[in-house]
Amino acid sequence: MSGRSSRPSVSPSKYSEEKRNAVADKIPQTDLVVIGGSAGCVPVIIDLLDALPPSFPFAVVLVIHRQKSVPSEMDKVLGSNSHVRVIEPNDKDFILPGRVYLAPQNYHLLIEQDRSFSLDYSEPIHYSRPSIDPTFESAADVFGRRCTGILLSGANRDGADGLASILQSGGTAIVQNPATCDFPAMPQAGLEAAPEALILAPAEIASFISPEKP
Amino acid sequence: MNDTSDITPEELDDLIQLIKGHYGYDFGDYSRASLTRRVRQCMEKAKIPTVYDLRFHLLNETSFFAWFLQSLTVNVTEMFRDPAFYRNLRETVIPRLASYPLIKIWHAGCATGEEVFSMAILLKEEGLLERTRIYATDINPANLEKARKGTVPLSAMKEYTANYIRSGGKAEFSSYYEARYDEVVMDPALLERVLFSQHNLVTDQVFNEFQLICCRNVLIYFNKDLQNRVLKLFYDSLVPFGYLALGMKESLLFMDVRSQFEAVSESVKVFRRKA
Repeated sequence: MSGRSSRPSVSPSKYSEEKRNAVADKIPQTDLVVIGGSAGCVPVIIDLLDALPPSFPFAVVLVIHRQKSVPSEMDKVLGSNSHVRVIEPNDKDFILPGRVYLAPQNYHLLIEQDRSFSLDYSEPIHYSRPSIDPTFESAADVFGRRCTGILLSGANRDGADGLASILQSGGTAIVQNPATCDFPAMPQAGLEAAPEALILAPAEIASFISPEKP
Repeated sequence: MNDTSDITPEELDDLIQLIKGHYGYDFGDYSRASLTRRVRQCMEKAKIPTVYDLRFHLLNETSFFAWFLQSLTVNVTEMFRDPAFYRNLRETVIPRLASYPLIKIWHAGCATGEEVFSMAILLKEEGLLERTRIYATDINPANLEKARKGTVPLSAMKEYTANYIRSGGKAEFSSYYEARYDEVVMDPALLERVLFSQHNLVTDQVFNEFQLICCRNVLIYFNKDLQNRVLKLFYDSLVPFGYLALGMKESLLFMDVRSQFEAVSESVKVFRRKA
């Protein structure tokens, strides 16, 4: 977390500790952790990936708002600090545990019942392609209670409806504590759509998805 | 968006059967995740609360089905999408095509024609448009009607111009179109060598022989079975050493035809039929 001290630091409150304890038993039931974010989310994601243990029993899918027609090395940027390699999946690639996937530029990323990816080139949603909502919604359809959705810093309300879908399907919903966000609009919208979502600071999210680490 | 009635996989199967039985369009081998989204969106737009109501409309209103079909298929497209692809086309593929006396190109799933217009510009700049025939096909008649008009939304031109420049374009992009109110009309000379016609990749067969087939971001809406069948159709429609261009995230890696093609560029997904 060094070099980013400008972000307000949040000490784990009693509230979030209780919540964390309440969900600590949920991660073993998760097959898919799907993470969405926009402005301000990249440093958080880099730290989250850095915190992942060398092997983990679920797949991670990242959906980040990004520019569409310029060459991008986002996969390398995200993996730069970490032992984890970030994969931009091809259409119909199977989702495998222990892997980290990144929604490719200029496509929506959907999930099929056989747990493979489908790409989709339909209209941008919330001005974005990839958009977070369709990935969250199809993840909820396919993974149900074995899905965890995490909504990070961002400047619009993409992902809020998807987060609610994940909750409705019995999955786990988490938002980054808006007080820790450079752009809190996205997790705030998430909380409005899914009030039961857990509110966690980045470090707490990291410990949530890497329970084996002390 | 969450309050609308949900559609289960079984309900989607029923709808697919209904559409096939009643109208002859077979969506059985389309990607379910995308199709589910499209059906949900149609229901929201038309304010249809349940799948039961949707079935009623589909069975009883032919005009509703026409709208439904138009909304169900994804018709989004761009000019010079993925400039790196067009650069590869210009530098690697087009020079090879130049050796044929008559160049035949198939745009399969051309939507409203933006990629066809891009190809025509490219060929014109390489001096080959005059001896090229472009066959542009789509499942959706409304798309073809729009494509024949050669119109593009004015609001998109800034982005398309940037794409064109990045792709190695040689002229003033604005020299290829005329602005009219909120849209632009492509130079009719670009479309003189283009034949737009309806073709359904699910059911229709080989209809000609081509040196280049462009089918970018169409196969993503199909399941693997249908992808395999369509790729076989493309193989059969290509001359030996003919080229096949797919979308940037469409792979031949796990497809039946993979050993019959070689990669010209793995990064922009241009392949070539082996002899």
